[in-house]
Amino acid sequence: MPKLHSLRDAIAREVEDGMSVFMGAALESLIPFAAGYEIMRQRKRGLTLMTTISDMQFDQIIGAGCAGKVCGAWVGNVAAGLGHNYRRAVERGEPGPLAVENHSNFSMALGLKAAAMGVPYLPTRTLMGSDFGEEPSFAGVRCPFTGESLLAVRAVQPDVAILHVQRADEEGNAHVWGNLGVTQDAAMAAGKVVLTCEEIVPHEVILSDPNRTLIPGFLVAAVVCVPLGSHPSPTQGYSRRDDDFYFDYHARSRDRAGFEEWLNHWVLGVEDQDGYVERLGSERVACLKPDSDYMAAPVSYGY
Amino acid sequence: MVIAAAREIRDGERVFVGMRLPLLGFAVAKELHAPTAIGIFESGVLRDWPALKPIFTMSDPPNVAGALFCCGLIEVMSLLQSGRVEMGFIGGAEVDRHGNLNTHWVGDDRRRLRLPGSGGAADIATLAGRCVIIMNHERRRFVPRVQYITSPGYGDGAGWRERRGLSGGGPSRTITSLGIFSFDPATREMQIESYHPGVTVQDIRDETDWPLKAAPDVRETLEPSREEILAVRKYDPDGVWTS
Repeated sequence: MPKLHSLRDAIAREVEDGMSVFMGAALESLIPFAAGYEIMRQRKRGLTLMTTISDMQFDQIIGAGCAGKVCGAWVGNVAAGLGHNYRRAVERGEPGPLAVENHSNFSMALGLKAAAMGVPYLPTRTLMGSDFGEEPSFAGVRCPFTGESLLAVRAVQPDVAILHVQRADEEGNAHVWGNLGVTQDAAMAAGKVVLTCEEIVPHEVILSDPNRTLIPGFLVAAVVCVPLGSHPSPTQGYSRRDDDFYFDYHARSRDRAGFEEWLNHWVLGVEDQDGYVERLGSERVACLKPDSDYMAAPVSYGY
Repeated sequence: MVIAAAREIRDGERVFVGMRLPLLGFAVAKELHAPTAIGIFESGVLRDWPALKPIFTMSDPPNVAGALFCCGLIEVMSLLQSGRVEMGFIGGAEVDRHGNLNTHWVGDDRRRLRLPGSGGAADIATLAGRCVIIMNHERRRFVPRVQYITSPGYGDGAGWRERRGLSGGGPSRTITSLGIFSFDPATREMQIESYHPGVTVQDIRDETDWPLKAAPDVRETLEPSREEILAVRKYDPDGVWTS
């Protein structure tokens, strides 16, 4: 079955109300913002949003009323500060109540790794003095070999992981480079993967550099070609971080009315990602291009 | 604060520097006294030279291009857990007399203010060889006891980390906008080590919500040298972090 879809179709087919959705796997880069905007346009409801740290994206989706729960280590706006919608939801139940399951970056990575490995938990030495280490995702265990006290992290298995990558073929075999965060663990832990990518490339391009294939296509349910799909977050080699976009959102989302204006302008008021890019304007888009190529030395897979 | 952070980095060390001021402190330390230090970022980046341009987050492309090692988060955290990271910088909304940090929530049951959460700070606080806390010094942030421990310091005092089985060494210093603080080895309580030029011990006590002790040899913080100031200007030419 062909996997290549429009973003609208991919989100409509693969993301259902009430699902757990992992996004932001590479931390502050490669955030699948375009997919998040489409989730908001389709008014998905009751999602459990999962991440390590979410830079601004979860704040938007929470504000749009799509989420019932967050499971992650950090939610806010990394350069600008606190997430105003996150605060309103947790503190006042606005626009709806939001449950929170706390993790650290490492514990979330271990939870994903456990699911990726097909085991119910992994042991660690972290969080043994942190108050949230007492939450139900964690339990004290004793090592059967040394008798040491350790912390067990329960496996984290998202229904779907949405990942933005540099390039993939039509089967979803994906090349990713740069800081990887928990990209591969999230792909292997999730029930299925939805990929957005800057470029669709021929299968031969993937086979030319197998060490760069982080996600084999058989894990992937849908592939979407979305240039600038991580905007305003960066995609190494394709687009820079649009810092002003984060500061502008932070200022405008300070109160609910300002956020709704922002949401209407950037998300609900445009048809799709093309409309969003058009609204950015060609001048701004041109500024996002990297200054230089900074090419890697080629490697030989000669045999 | 940037220069004080730079001075905490020793040559040859592997250091978690994934936040704003320490990022610049790392560049300054590399330039001056720690040329072989390695900067570690939880996004999955190790660098043996500073980022190619000023950055807002550790995942910004100039921090990845020319890196020594790009990998996943679990690999850098594995280096940390297995004892191969000497130091890490952490911050928080609240810190208490034993160096415990809170970044989850403040307030009471009637009015809670939700904060972003741990990120990787709890992992670094638990597992790094030693930690350096860096934050603005305000009375509402320097509390006798944090309401919630996100990133553990010395808990309720000497022996707590050992009883809990925490493998990292705990906070060695706190750097603030007013001074530099160490932890009394006997009680594990924060004490004033030095006050910044133009600040008095009393100024610091006024901005601290517990009776803060001073180290026996408390003194003024060493003035920034010309070399240190030049290095800061080199890596923060527009004064984004140091204006």
